[in-house]
Amino acid sequence: MLMNLFKFKGGVKPPTNKTQSLGLSIAQAPLPSKLVVPLHQSIGGTPRPVVQAGDKVLKGQLIGEADGWISAAVHAPTSGTVLEVAMHVQPHPSGLDAMCVVIEPDGKDEWIARQPVDYQALTPEQVREGLQQAGVVGLGGAVFPTHGKLTASKTVPMDELVINGAECEPFITCDDLLMRERAEEVVRGIGVFRDLLQPKKVLIGIEDNKPEAAAAMRAAVDALGEPFLVVQVPTLYPAGGAKQLIRVLTGKEVPASKRSTDLGVQCFNVATAYTAWRAIAHGEPVVSRLVTVTGNVGEPRNYEVLIGTPMGELLQLAQPQPDTDGIVMGGPMMGFLVPDAKVPVVKATNCLIAHSERLFPPKAPEMPCIRCGACAQACPHELQPFEMYWFSRAKNFGKTQEYHIFDCIECGCCSFVCPSRIPLVQYFRFAKSEIWARERDKNAAEGAKARFEFKQLRDEREKAEKAEKLAKAAAAQAAKKAAEAAAAAAAEASPTAPDSAAAATQVQASAATVEATATPAVDAEKEAKKAAIAAAMARAKAQREAVQPKNTEQLSAVQQREQAEIEARRQAAHLTDPAQAEPAAPASEKTD
Amino acid sequence: MDILLAIAIMALGAVVLGAALGFASIKFKVEGDPLVEKIEAILPQTQCGQCGFPGCKPYAEAIAKGDVDINLCPPGGMEGVAKLADLLGREVKPLDAEEKPKQIAIIDENTCIGCTLCIQACPVDAIVGAAKQMHTIITPLCTGCELCLPPCPVECIRMEAITENIDNWKWKYPVVEIKAAPLQKAA
Repeated sequence: MLMNLFKFKGGVKPPTNKTQSLGLSIAQAPLPSKLVVPLHQSIGGTPRPVVQAGDKVLKGQLIGEADGWISAAVHAPTSGTVLEVAMHVQPHPSGLDAMCVVIEPDGKDEWIARQPVDYQALTPEQVREGLQQAGVVGLGGAVFPTHGKLTASKTVPMDELVINGAECEPFITCDDLLMRERAEEVVRGIGVFRDLLQPKKVLIGIEDNKPEAAAAMRAAVDALGEPFLVVQVPTLYPAGGAKQLIRVLTGKEVPASKRSTDLGVQCFNVATAYTAWRAIAHGEPVVSRLVTVTGNVGEPRNYEVLIGTPMGELLQLAQPQPDTDGIVMGGPMMGFLVPDAKVPVVKATNCLIAHSERLFPPKAPEMPCIRCGACAQACPHELQPFEMYWFSRAKNFGKTQEYHIFDCIECGCCSFVCPSRIPLVQYFRFAKSEIWARERDKNAAEGAKARFEFKQLRDEREKAEKAEKLAKAAAAQAAKKAAEAAAAAAAEASPTAPDSAAAATQVQASAATVEATATPAVDAEKEAKKAAIAAAMARAKAQREAVQPKNTEQLSAVQQREQAEIEARRQAAHLTDPAQAEPAAPASEKTD
Repeated sequence: MDILLAIAIMALGAVVLGAALGFASIKFKVEGDPLVEKIEAILPQTQCGQCGFPGCKPYAEAIAKGDVDINLCPPGGMEGVAKLADLLGREVKPLDAEEKPKQIAIIDENTCIGCTLCIQACPVDAIVGAAKQMHTIITPLCTGCELCLPPCPVECIRMEAITENIDNWKWKYPVVEIKAAPLQKAA
């Protein structure tokens, strides 16, 4: 089973520090005092909470409903009572709060009714939806919802399915232990992905510093009779990066701003395959994960930890040394110091490292860049970190984008090799988030402009429509008046010619009186107006009276009787209403 | 004779080139003022009217004509002034108003009487509601222009600064901390 492996450029070999936590098998972490489960644990939409304070929940019960397709559900990690749905500090470098469901365990750890499904009897859509409902996300660290990656491209045939068991970052051993102890379920999970994506080949990449894991996986693959290839790849950080592993195993280089699916390759972490299988074959949503607890502790070990366990409590299990002064989530290359020991373990937490100055001596101060180019040689994405550094530092963000800053995976190789100890990745993160913020502002401004212009257009249109309506009404009025005048003239002219003659003389006479005295004429006009108003009111009254409720006609005797009863009741109720309402209100409060 | 030929050649050249230029000026005519568009792209599109013009476009037009200063847009801040100065080759001037943090309007829905006045005042259609129904702000669409504040008869709209959350949080510029050296005692 020798296969031709490829290489990616760059990479570094930091001390692996993995043996410390490999000595002991996976242990189940005990129930913590309180579980703080953040709702937003995956890329995409924030799940909506479906429980509230005081609710009793069972282990595996849905507490956050997926919002949109790229979003994954969140479940209660154990049975207990919901204490609150509130903002709590997050395992995020910002140290800011986000919405969490806080659960007090009742100690019974009682599952909901778990329903294993035979995924082969379901359509691929149903399997994908099931994985979304089970909250299966990429456990390699990026936490992208897995179901979103399980749709084969329609245009590009799926060539290779790459399963990532490389685990290249120092200190972390949770995937290693998972493959050693639970290889069969991992392989079955890979089988599900294979059936959904129908690739030509399945490649499982494991770094060659984990021979036991590779042997266990090979044995499981053989035992299940699957045609998967377990490939040992050279140990070189960051071989576990998705694009790097794809490069090593298939020789395909994923171009900038393209995804691996465009080349017919898809990549999943081994732990993701494991949780997918647990969700399908056991009906268990993702409520726990393996976490390596290592660093400045007495007993480094891998624990199966409930999501939401406070990191401080988990660290206590491994007996941290007294000089521990912080917790790093993730590895030493890409991890960050968590803002508080209270922050919970989330789906993205693969490792906790107890931090101490002895283990991670503080970095000497930054020196000027000497343009040695070591960072460019180490960069696994063949970028030019020193150029990006200049422009990030000068806040010339357009230029950083010309040097493809968004292809940077923040692996930290450049900072690792820099002889001037420049925190290059920090500069790139700063530049990236500034560019994103600007992009957001720009989109918001464009949207505001479009809406403003539309509003102006609408106002103009409404004005024009109103003017048109008024013009039409005026024209109709004028036409009506003209018609009336014509009718009156005709009526006066034809049947009673002598009368009209008399009227004419009268008009002449009245005209004469108008000329003589103006005031009586004004009075007459007022009288005429009053009469017209009175006539209009009479007409309106008649119209109102003419309109009758339609469903009250032709009532049967029974219906009439019913109505009379209702009327009587209504009147009685109306009379006694205040008296009844007052004693009723306090009574309802008491029942609360 | 030669001089006549030279004049004829020059005249012919002038006619041909003139015709070409005339044709080009019709064929490649630019609609609108491209400078106005560039200026408008820098303005924040809050449509707040704090510059004294009824919207961002009229202000952009006035700047392009050279009638007004470039420091009249408080939502754009000093950064906007700097960008405009860069584009137009003018001096950077201090902002002609106080620079405020970005904010959004919030309607106290218990107090709202449903008069629709704020809906009519909102330049970017960021308020929903109907007559005698409660109104509310569509937060992501609000530009914080404050134009809805004066028409409200019950003063139920207030402005709140946008607070930092995990979605809009930004990595800070790396700052090297220099530790203070212990003071040496004078001998």
